[in-house]
Amino acid sequence: MDTVVLENISKSYIKNAPPALENVSFSVKKGELFGLIGPDGAGKSTIFRILTTLLLSDAGKATVAGYDVVKDFHQIRSCVGYMPGKFSLYQDLTVEENLNFFATLFGTTISENYALIKDIYEQSAPFKNRRAGKLSGGMKQKLALSCALVHRPEVLFLDEPTTGVDAVSRQEFWDMLKRLKNEGITIVVSTPYMDEASLCERIALIQTGHILSIDTPDNIVAAYPGKLYALRAPKVHLLLPDTRRYAGIRQCYAAGEKLHIAFKEDGKDHPAALLTYLKSKGHQTVAIEEIRPDIEDCFIEKLSNPQ
Amino acid sequence: MNNKAITCKDLTKRFGDFFAVNHISFEVEQGEIFGFLGANGAGKTTAMRMLCGLSYPSSGEATVAGFNVFKQQEEIKKNIGYMSQKFSLYESLTVRENIRFYGGVYGLSDKQLKEKGDELIEKLGMQQEAKMMVGSLPLGWKQKLAFSVAIIHQPRIVFLDEPTGGVDPVTRRQFWDLIYDAAEQGITVFVTTHYMDEAEYCNRISIMVDGRIDALDTPANLRQQFGATSMNEVFYALARSAKRSAD
Repeated sequence: MDTVVLENISKSYIKNAPPALENVSFSVKKGELFGLIGPDGAGKSTIFRILTTLLLSDAGKATVAGYDVVKDFHQIRSCVGYMPGKFSLYQDLTVEENLNFFATLFGTTISENYALIKDIYEQSAPFKNRRAGKLSGGMKQKLALSCALVHRPEVLFLDEPTTGVDAVSRQEFWDMLKRLKNEGITIVVSTPYMDEASLCERIALIQTGHILSIDTPDNIVAAYPGKLYALRAPKVHLLLPDTRRYAGIRQCYAAGEKLHIAFKEDGKDHPAALLTYLKSKGHQTVAIEEIRPDIEDCFIEKLSNPQ
Repeated sequence: MNNKAITCKDLTKRFGDFFAVNHISFEVEQGEIFGFLGANGAGKTTAMRMLCGLSYPSSGEATVAGFNVFKQQEEIKKNIGYMSQKFSLYESLTVRENIRFYGGVYGLSDKQLKEKGDELIEKLGMQQEAKMMVGSLPLGWKQKLAFSVAIIHQPRIVFLDEPTGGVDPVTRRQFWDLIYDAAEQGITVFVTTHYMDEAEYCNRISIMVDGRIDALDTPANLRQQFGATSMNEVFYALARSAKRSAD
C-alpha cells in the first residue's frame, strides 16, 4: 500500500463559494519525493492539513502510513513530521529548547536520532542559545526542519519550505531533502516555484482545488502538446504585442530574456513565416529555435486549456 | 530638484558594528524599471526602508523623487507608491472601498476618487467584483489591484517588494504587463523579486551581496559579463560568495 493515499477528497471553507479542494486523488509511494506544485490558493495547505489530521475533509478518504486520517489520527500524529508554511516554533524558546521540546513531545531525545538531523541542525548550532524568534529566516527554516525530523518520522510534510527564500538557499534546501530521501523518508513538499518541480520524483500540478496532472516531471514535459519555440531579440518586450497579434499563434508569453511561443498547428514553414511577419513589423533581428518545455510552460498550457 | 528618480551615494545603515547596507551608490532614471535583487539578508529591505523615508541612513546621501532622505521624509512618502506581498489591501473592505481609502490617504479629491476608481475597475475588468470584499478575491487579483492602488496618485516612483511571490505563472505575467504600462506613463518602478526570469524584464538590475551592490547593469550586459546564459547563473555566481547567513 502506498504511504500517502487520497481518494476524492473535497473541502469547502465557505458555503456557496468555490471549494478549496474538489475530488482530489493521488498517492505517494514509500520513500518517494513528491511535489505539490501550484500557486497560492491552489489548495496545497488544505491538503497538508487534512493529511496531518488538523482538518477534516467534507468528503473522500485519505490514509497516511496505512492509517486513516479520521479514525487513526493519533497514530498519524506520532509518525509524521510537519513543517507548516508559517513559522510555528516557540519564539521565546531558544534553538536548543525548541528542539528538546519537540523531541520530548514525541517521546524521544535529541541524541537518539541525531545522525538524521546532524547536517541541518549543526548549521543553526552556533546560535543554539538564541531565541527562535530572533533567528534569520534561513535559520528559522533549518530549525523548523530539524524539529519536524527529531522523531525520525516515516513521512515528512513540508508546506512551502522555500517560499520567499533566495535562489541559492533554495538549492541548499533541496540538497538537504535529497539526503533525507536517501534515509528512506517519504517526503511530500509543496512549492509555488515551478523550477523546483524538476527536483521531485513525481509531481502534482494543482490550481484552485483541482489537480491538473500527476506524473514525473519528464513525462509531464513529454506530454506538452505540439512544439514550443523560443524567440530572441534585443528588445524582447517590444516583440510581445506584435507576436501576439499574429494569427497562427496559440501561446505567446515572456520567459526571461526570451518569448515562448506555440503555433496553433505545427508546420515546417510556420517559424519562417512568423519571422517574415515580424520583419514587416520592424523587428529585424529575431531568432527562433525549438526548445524543450519546462514545467512552467506545461502549467501555463494546462491553465489555458483545462481538460 | 534633479531629474533622476533616485540618486544614492555611499548610502549606509549601521547597526552597531554591523553594516546592513554598506556604502551603496546608484542612480535610477525616471521611467526606468529597476530590479533590486539580492540574497535573503543582503540588505535589500533595509535599503528600501531608507529610500521610502521609513528609516534614517547612518551616513551617505540619497534623494528620492528629488527629496532628501534625511530632511524630507514626509515629502518622499507623498511622492512614492509602495506595495509588498505582505502588506497591500484591507481584506475586509470591498474593492471600491480600498480604492477610496488609499486614494483618500494619498490626497485625491472626491471627484478624482470617483473617476480614478471607475477607470481602475474598468482597466482591471473588475466591474463584477467592485462590491466584493478584497479578502474573497484570488491572490493574483489582489496583487493586481494592490499595484493599481499603489499608483493611483500617479507617484514618480513605485516600490514593489516581491509583488509576485506565490502568484500563478499566467497572473505573474499579467502583473508585469501592468508594470510596463506604469513605466510607459513615466512612473519609475523599483522592484525586488526572487524569480530570476523577472529580473530579465527590468531595464537594469542591481544585485546586493552582504550589504554592497556587487553588480549593476542591464540584464544582457550582466549575462555577458559573467559569461552566463541566464540571470539565474549570474545570481548564483554572485550570491554564492555571500558570507552572511541568510536573512
